[in-house]
Amino acid sequence: MNFKLQKIVPQLITVLAVVLVFGFFSYNAQVNMENRGIDFGYGFLSQESSFDVQFSLIEYDGSHSYFRAYLVGLLNTILVSVIGIIFATILGVIVGVARLSPNYLINKFAAFYVEFFRNIPLLLQIFFWYFAALRALPLPQDADAMFGVFFLTIKGLYVPAFVWENFNVFFYSIVAAIIAIVVIRIHARKVQETQGKQLPVLWISLGLIFILPLLSFVIGGVSLSFEIPKLKQLATTSFIYEGGVSLPPELIALTLSLALYTATFIAECVRAGIQGVGKGQKEAAASIGLNPNQVLKLVVMPQALRIIIPPTTNQYLNLTKNSSLAAAIAYPDLVLVFAGTALMQTGKAIEIVSITMLTYLSLSISISILMNWYNKKIAIKEK
Amino acid sequence: MFKYLKQLTSLVAMVAVLFTFTTETMAAKKSKTLKNTQKKGFVRCGVSQGLPGFSNADAAGNWTGIDVDVCRAVAAAVLGDANKVKFTPLSAKERFTALTSGEIDILSRNTTWTLSRDADIGLTFVGVNFYDGQGFMVRKSSGITSTSQFKDGISACTNIGTTTELNMRDFFNSKGISYEPVAFEKADEVVAAYDAGRCDTYTTDKSGLAAQRTKMTNPDDHIVLPETVSKEPLGPVVRQGDSVWEDIVRWSLNAMIEAEEYGITSANADMMKSSDNPAVKRLVGAEGELGAAFGLDNEWSLRIIKQVGNYGESYKRNIADTGILPDRGPNELWTKGGILYVPPAR
Repeated sequence: MNFKLQKIVPQLITVLAVVLVFGFFSYNAQVNMENRGIDFGYGFLSQESSFDVQFSLIEYDGSHSYFRAYLVGLLNTILVSVIGIIFATILGVIVGVARLSPNYLINKFAAFYVEFFRNIPLLLQIFFWYFAALRALPLPQDADAMFGVFFLTIKGLYVPAFVWENFNVFFYSIVAAIIAIVVIRIHARKVQETQGKQLPVLWISLGLIFILPLLSFVIGGVSLSFEIPKLKQLATTSFIYEGGVSLPPELIALTLSLALYTATFIAECVRAGIQGVGKGQKEAAASIGLNPNQVLKLVVMPQALRIIIPPTTNQYLNLTKNSSLAAAIAYPDLVLVFAGTALMQTGKAIEIVSITMLTYLSLSISISILMNWYNKKIAIKEK
Repeated sequence: MFKYLKQLTSLVAMVAVLFTFTTETMAAKKSKTLKNTQKKGFVRCGVSQGLPGFSNADAAGNWTGIDVDVCRAVAAAVLGDANKVKFTPLSAKERFTALTSGEIDILSRNTTWTLSRDADIGLTFVGVNFYDGQGFMVRKSSGITSTSQFKDGISACTNIGTTTELNMRDFFNSKGISYEPVAFEKADEVVAAYDAGRCDTYTTDKSGLAAQRTKMTNPDDHIVLPETVSKEPLGPVVRQGDSVWEDIVRWSLNAMIEAEEYGITSANADMMKSSDNPAVKRLVGAEGELGAAFGLDNEWSLRIIKQVGNYGESYKRNIADTGILPDRGPNELWTKGGILYVPPAR
């Protein structure tokens, strides 16, 4: 009895304390809002927003609702996070492996990169890329075409747009190629397990992924043309590019700085992971006749990943949260569009900030769940 | 879930009202903000992060500008010393939250008076200290001399959280022009981006354009287009719910404007005590009991005029002499062809 009580009382006190703290804050907010004639409610979400956003993945203008403006911001945050995570991972893995290279120059260069970029505050790096590096870019009319079709200017990167005909045939050919590759892989594994013979899976896969889509062009009636951006004059010295796809400089600067910054941390995770695999493991693998590629793929990486994944998950979360620094350089992310403009125009500070906080929480938890699932998948399966 | 949240909060509110009702009626006689200000010994004033002519800090941290002068006038009236002000620089996004949450007591930050701001978000506008309108700035070399030359695809830099963002949409929509809005949080970042060539035009209040132009690498390379696309009456704001404080701020501003109307300046204010005009005598505290209405002494307005000056002096010192807008335009007294017209102090 006494023991039970001992267990319950501290918990009750904790719950009571939490309720009291929350109660006090909501009571305080309520009283003060009442005194100042501020209404509390989420009804504003369906009102017309009447402001435009520079860059949106879904159709949006000021005649849409605040809720849609929220979605625009959310999607932009997800966009920059996803691109950032992809680039940071690729760069991080390369640099992490490079730090272990026996080549002095590669090794030191990777170390310098890591120490340099992770020790400068991210906001400064964002400012640097946006206000210093991109500022040095030419005006649209002075830009030289890269490969004849890309234009990197102070107003953004203009790339050709794809114009497809019979795109669905092309799409199906890729799906067919992927299915064929999966089937062949399963077959190859069976062959190896039963007969010990190795099939050239890589070459077959590469061949399939090229040849099937190619066939769709030749006999499937698919055709692809490019819409190349064209210079358009707005005024004597003011130009833009029309046609094609334009990537705003804000997106480029933000992705670049997030990826370069986070990649340093991922590189260290990768290095730690590889170094964490015992030397004996590699030697043992080599002694049973695996070639260096197989040693890395079959022995080192599976063990290293167990060490790499959990801290890398943290870096992914950090990158997503750091993307809120977008507000400093006018990239219309969730904080700028919703917790910025929408908050100002409606004055619903408590409502909007709470929604924004919940959104970031959900984003982070989703990434965590996904990465934990992957972590479980590669963890040692005890039998 | 939101439905229950609302019920719950209104329940809490009802309890709260019952609780505070008894003490509220007693405290209402004297302004809580006034009491706190006198206890602290300084006026807490929210200003911009640096807009020459309106609120701008020099290298030594001294704030000047016509918005700053409103706060100084209140400090002179309430505390007897125009220097007893604590300035808090705020971005457009932060300003209203800072005021409603009680971090500052006056927001004097080139803020446009609109219906929704006045009625919806717990603020009260006390008057207008600058009549403005939104305009556009472009590079001279672009050859653009009028907004009618704007074409589809134009990019426009501006601040977030301003009426500018909304007016810009109205303007481009009515002209049927597609545009790219590039909205930054801080004015300095807007100027830097426009100056670098990121945008074809920079849009904000015309006074703001004139002031920011002075910060450009080559001010002469830029022009402000003649069109005015909106009404932007700028003025000081206070929290809703303290009507005495609201009156003090309103009449501090009005006193400056009326002093100009009667020709009372910081130099001649003391001599004006022996004026024949009773309106003048009331303003310099030689007649009537005007200050008593807000719980102040009778020389509140005299101190404003002596320490800060009248509206004309403030305008000349901050906006005309600095070359921002030498011409007073609509911000001239009604007696001289402008629209500055304040109710009589009596």
